[in-house]
Amino acid sequence: MRVTMTVNGHRMDADDVWEGESLLYVLRERLGLAGSKNACEQGECGSCTVFLDEVTVCACLVAAGQAHGRSVRTVEGLAEAGADGAPGLSDVQEAFVAAGAVQCGFCTPGLLVQTEDLLRRTVAAGAGAPSDAEIREALAGNLCRCTGYEAVIEAVRLAAEWTERGRPAGGPARGEAR
Amino acid sequence: MRSFAYLSAPDIDTALHAVSAEPNAKFLGGGTNLVDLMREEIEQPDTVIDITRLPLAEVAELPGGGVRVGALVRNSHLAAHPLIRERYPVLSQAILHGASGQLRNMATVGGNLLQRTRCVYFYDTASPCNKREPGAGCAAAEGFHRNTAVLGTSEHCLAAHPSDMCVALAALDAAVEVRSVRGVRRIPVTDFHRLPGATPHVESDLAPDELVTAVEIPPLRAAANSRYRKVRDRASYAFALVSVAAALEVEDGRVRTARLALGGVGTRPWRAREAERVLADAPATEEAFDRAAEAELAAAVGRPDNAFKIDLARRTVTAVLRRLLTTDGSTP
Repeated sequence: MRVTMTVNGHRMDADDVWEGESLLYVLRERLGLAGSKNACEQGECGSCTVFLDEVTVCACLVAAGQAHGRSVRTVEGLAEAGADGAPGLSDVQEAFVAAGAVQCGFCTPGLLVQTEDLLRRTVAAGAGAPSDAEIREALAGNLCRCTGYEAVIEAVRLAAEWTERGRPAGGPARGEAR
Repeated sequence: MRSFAYLSAPDIDTALHAVSAEPNAKFLGGGTNLVDLMREEIEQPDTVIDITRLPLAEVAELPGGGVRVGALVRNSHLAAHPLIRERYPVLSQAILHGASGQLRNMATVGGNLLQRTRCVYFYDTASPCNKREPGAGCAAAEGFHRNTAVLGTSEHCLAAHPSDMCVALAALDAAVEVRSVRGVRRIPVTDFHRLPGATPHVESDLAPDELVTAVEIPPLRAAANSRYRKVRDRASYAFALVSVAAALEVEDGRVRTARLALGGVGTRPWRAREAERVLADAPATEEAFDRAAEAELAAAVGRPDNAFKIDLARRTVTAVLRRLLTTDGSTP
């Protein structure tokens, strides 16, 4: 079957899709968007988190046909959401770099998308920065086997601060936040 | 995953006719359970009928104060809905205690009702499981059974029902509306799930050609003072060892209304009618709460790895009722 979606703002077609393929498979193997990672394939680890019609889902559990006609934003599309519209990294991505919240990197795309969602629903919606408890609950479905999460949570705090007050001019001092 | 035919149903009638014509068809909603089980080849439908485009995603107020929830309402949407948060806080809390944010965004109310057990042997195709393969035997009784049930079990199956949402719906006396080409019927949620008995593979009262279309929650004054407590191995994103959904209304120091249901301990969402009987018109005291919890768990059967749940459930029931006593607005 043919699956047509809007991916990161662009209309894309995938042809000869087998019914048993997941949205994740279509994104990675047919559309060349390998940012979303294939780890557990059970909806357990969150490495494949993408926005589907503006809510975050595990793309590994979305049947390809279910995504037909819908809008998807992947980790590759986050930078387009930057405040000044210029290419580059989003606040959330820069904060992960600054906080050193990345080790092997496999969970990172999912964490970035889920963090983007958390900040949209909280600080960007005028509801204030999320508490540490809110951050932990929001990221409960994103498993990381390297970092122990502390640097990740620090990155989310930093991204929330930048969302509220703006990112410091000249860019963040990378690696100095921890 | 086995190959299957995929049909995206444009309307309810198409979905119902398709399922009645195809004996081995499955409806696909959020996919959080079915897609996973198909990948493991535990579910092997010939046809998958995608119902996510059907107009069943509304939450609406019913005349008289109840709420009707479409079967395709997403768990996260329902938990956040003002009508649910105000009238049935226990339901909102139960949903938010389940799964992860991403899964709650995907999972539907109908799918939550029909989710399969998380007993490890159900997933392990190398082990016998009467739910997966009728008559094969049950590996849990002699194997790892820490997460299995202590109430409603049979010699054929110990599997616990995994849902949090259903526990709250059982306490609230919700009804499930189902449709087929033969018509519409309503099933009390407490009759919807079956005890395993000798047929653990038959998990609900739903016929193969029926589609869950809505859940209706009747008005309940006591639900304004209600809560869900879940005890688990970690603070988030884990299935219940024990959970309690409770609503309490007290008048002049006596229990006017008490609703209780348990999760993690039953082979189905466990409405605690024995406990409710003890509480009916009893003094609202810790002693009565203890007696109620004791009465409900009297029939529990523990095994080496899960017997701890019996005492844990007793203590959790008492603790939740004690807590609701402090928040009951009708008590001066």
